[in-house]
Amino acid sequence: MLTLMSHGRAIRFRRIYLLVLAVVAVLGFSSGSVSAQDDNSAEVKGSLIGRDDAGERIGIADVTFIASDESGSEAGRAVSAADGSWSISLPPGTYQVLLDESTLPEGQTLRNPDKNPAEVRLIEGDSKSTLFALGTPVEPSSEGSTDETTEFVEETSSVGGITFIQLTVDGLKLGLIIAMCSIGLSLIYGTTGLTNFAHGEAVTFGAVLGYVFNTSGIFGFRLHLIPAAVIVVSVCGALGALFNRAVWQPMRRRGASLVAALVVSIGFSILFRYVILFFFGGRAKRFTDYQIQEQWDLGWFRLAPKDLVLMVLAVVVLVGVASGLQFTRMGKAMRAVSDNRDLAESTGIDVEKVIRQVWIFGSALAGLGGILFGLTESINWEMGFRVLLLMFAGVTLGGLGTAYGALFGSIIVGLFIQLSTLVIPTDMKNVGALIMLIVILLVRPQGLFGRRERIG
Amino acid sequence: MTADTTSLFNGVAWEPGAAKNDPILVVDDVRRSFGGLIAVDVDHLEVQRGAITALIGPNGAGKTTFFNLLTNFDDPDTGTRSFEGQDLGNIPAHRVANLGMVRTFQLTKSLSKMTVIDNMLLGATHQRGESLWRSFLRFAWSDQEQSNTERAEALLARFNLAHMRDEFAGTLSGGQRKLLEMARALMVEPTMVMLDEPMAGVNPALKQSLLEHVKGLRDEGMTVLFVEHDMDMVQEISDWVVVMAEGRIIAEGPPASIGENQAVVDAYLGAHHDAPLDLGDD
Amino acid sequence: MDWGAIIENTFRGLLGEQFIYFALAAIGLNMHFGYTGLLNFGQAVFMAAGAYGLSMSVATLGLNFWWGLLLGIVVFPLILALLMGIPTLRLRADYLAIVTIAASEMFRIIARSPSLDRWTGSSDGLTAFANDFYDMSPFSTGGRYFFGLFIGNQMWVVLVGWIVLALVVLLVWLMMRSPWGRVLRAIREDEDAARSLGKNAYWFKLQALMIGGVFGALGGLLRAIGTQSAQPQNFITDVTFFAWVALILGGAAKVGGPVAGAAILYGILNFTDVFLRQLVDNGYISESIMDGTQVGQVRFMLIGLGLILLAAFRPQGIFGSKEEMALDDR
Repeated sequence: MLTLMSHGRAIRFRRIYLLVLAVVAVLGFSSGSVSAQDDNSAEVKGSLIGRDDAGERIGIADVTFIASDESGSEAGRAVSAADGSWSISLPPGTYQVLLDESTLPEGQTLRNPDKNPAEVRLIEGDSKSTLFALGTPVEPSSEGSTDETTEFVEETSSVGGITFIQLTVDGLKLGLIIAMCSIGLSLIYGTTGLTNFAHGEAVTFGAVLGYVFNTSGIFGFRLHLIPAAVIVVSVCGALGALFNRAVWQPMRRRGASLVAALVVSIGFSILFRYVILFFFGGRAKRFTDYQIQEQWDLGWFRLAPKDLVLMVLAVVVLVGVASGLQFTRMGKAMRAVSDNRDLAESTGIDVEKVIRQVWIFGSALAGLGGILFGLTESINWEMGFRVLLLMFAGVTLGGLGTAYGALFGSIIVGLFIQLSTLVIPTDMKNVGALIMLIVILLVRPQGLFGRRERIG
Repeated sequence: MTADTTSLFNGVAWEPGAAKNDPILVVDDVRRSFGGLIAVDVDHLEVQRGAITALIGPNGAGKTTFFNLLTNFDDPDTGTRSFEGQDLGNIPAHRVANLGMVRTFQLTKSLSKMTVIDNMLLGATHQRGESLWRSFLRFAWSDQEQSNTERAEALLARFNLAHMRDEFAGTLSGGQRKLLEMARALMVEPTMVMLDEPMAGVNPALKQSLLEHVKGLRDEGMTVLFVEHDMDMVQEISDWVVVMAEGRIIAEGPPASIGENQAVVDAYLGAHHDAPLDLGDD
Repeated sequence: MDWGAIIENTFRGLLGEQFIYFALAAIGLNMHFGYTGLLNFGQAVFMAAGAYGLSMSVATLGLNFWWGLLLGIVVFPLILALLMGIPTLRLRADYLAIVTIAASEMFRIIARSPSLDRWTGSSDGLTAFANDFYDMSPFSTGGRYFFGLFIGNQMWVVLVGWIVLALVVLLVWLMMRSPWGRVLRAIREDEDAARSLGKNAYWFKLQALMIGGVFGALGGLLRAIGTQSAQPQNFITDVTFFAWVALILGGAAKVGGPVAGAAILYGILNFTDVFLRQLVDNGYISESIMDGTQVGQVRFMLIGLGLILLAAFRPQGIFGSKEEMALDDR
């Protein structure tokens, strides 16, 4: 579906395709860190694509790339593979990445030799793409070529020329994903009073499981990401039910205090996180499908097809959840239990059943959220924990325990994070959201949609 | 009822919002709503100094909410309250206690993992040893602690709790906890004591002694305001009764007058037919 | 299998630097949670405040070591406590939990940001700020001390750490026997009761947050001195939970609880660590199952598991009593 759409669009934006040879489309916030033991925790990479005599796009192999650090000494090098891909693992820092022009095959030239070497700034966990465009060299002073020259696009959206609108679109995308993840957090809190710190690991697990299915060599076969996502959502839902049954239901039965429950959830968060690290490793990884997709230039902003699909999907799911809560029997029961558990129980609602359903849906949505996060950025072992804090910010903004508040709060947080890069360095943009969290507590602790009584 | 307390109400009209001869607490236009429900809507109330005033009303009348508003444990949406002429507008709850108005709670808040004597000592005000800087310098506060302990022991003896001095408060019976809470409130040396359902959950044997203790407070010159369901108790010890229903004050007067008040009868009987939503009184 | 090394390391865990850093951090948490009921999940940031307070003063600002101590032990943690406490301490307990854990994440992002490299040294952190401390060492650099467990500089850190720890334990003991401590315990049990008796619960909670934060900062500062570096890596969010496990293990609301807990925790962690490494090195565990790097991850799993089991099955810890304090309090 995604590829079909991109083909349809490709005709209309043919001109860009001719000039921009490889664009990496991953926007989003800074990916997390990699384990402490791993020094080369960041990488710079790219895909060198040119055209053969018939004008077909082909990968250019055996071209050497050299990264040198600020002192000018070589920090790493790579040679492009048959499909033109290359990557150099590096410690965080600032590097000059040089394409060794002498290794380019006959007939291939850099379109803009001035942009070689390219400067790349890497922070921990980064995986940045640098594009070296091939083609007929342009005159540096030539006018009117601005719309055709995206010589290289860093995958984080920090490169100049990004407009307010672009950031708004990015923020909306981020916010929608946070919202999807945080529904479960909010509903579980509402129905059981538990602030479930392990919810972030459901997100990580969704992404990691999606990666496992989507990559060959682990099960010996490879599933396309879409069926993989379906399986992931089911598995996460089932695990949510299991987790509730095996851990939380017994704790509720024993009348464990909320503080004890909170500490147990933190214990699970840490345990799950490091088990994932143990098996998945510290390095950020990506799905096989939709990894590199060319962006559409829509004038006001740029958007990869997968991002559009992702946003539409998120909106559909969220609208579905909201109307489910509003109109279905199950949704009404969930809201009733959230509102007043004892009252709901006395009116004949099976509270344990409602809680089980909340765990299933919440965990399934978190798993789906993990897949979507994995699509927009890389997958790593602590991505869920990073997202958890953004979920807290969103849920608090909306009003802890309110179902719809979490949706709007999360979207505002997403927008805020992206738009804050207008004033603060990109690598610190999440700080803005967390500061916002503290300011909300100071001025309106019940959140935008919460009631005053709730925070007593 | 002693003669000198009835004289306190000489010339006071038997009507809601009546002006008192010497009010210690004055409330004006206090409203508090939860969501869409108006829990409390009191136009005017004065509480007479040196008397025992009962606040009664059917379930859900907003008594406890009103009580919380008076002691600043909750903030009204609009309106003013003043205690001894001091506006309680933006004063935090603990300052209200330091001004001399101390409250107890419907569900007793004896601190069950602290000993009875520690519970008592907590009530003493202006303790030097409660300053962070002096806390680890025992000599800076030990003499004050000593005198507070003596005062606490005297109060424990008066409330028949002396034998429980070093037990955890959690081991006390429900009635003993009520006694402890009252004794602890006296450690603050208040001018006004606010009791939220002092008889709730107390066995009949202890009730009489509790009643005597409440009367004792008045005899020492303190003002008492209490919320109560138990009409016998109201009749026996109160000097003045204030009746609330559906958030409003519907009647005021001496205890004997209340039973004949048509508004009160309607409120109580009506409550059975059309009970308003319980706002947390129970 | 080198059992000598395993035993030696276990003892180093029971008594050594890690034990000291985390005992101090856990004493701070005990002040927060054990005595006052505050849910601080950002003790690592208080530790970082101590470490960066000292290292930035000396290495970035060029102040002398003593000013660094003042900033690290007092100024930085107090500012942090006010920033986190003022918005949250009027609210229900989980808000402080969320804000403190958010503060951990903010610290991580800010401390690693290359744009602040000039100030913080970003991922590499700061070094060369503790020379004045080691110049005072009475021990010879090459010597081995205390049954051969610690070498010269290490011995100096450990000795100073023991002294600091003893003083802090004494201080906490005195404070908790005072009327001040009584108010804290009352707040832990029922804040409304304390307020109804005229105690400014908000202010007392803020004081407890500050004092516990200072103890945490002491632990972090000693850790920076001991490792001769202040690195973001040493103060990540998960570090907080080492202190939590130490606290719950030993028993909250007991003066000696966190100290005993930290000793036992590091005894266990060091034992497991060295034991597993020996198993890997000697081929008892194949490299395909676990390599050297992954052994380091096992200790985090143990921390997670420890939290789960303690909170679920023995909330009062090993030495605590259920009557006085348990996790199941509220």
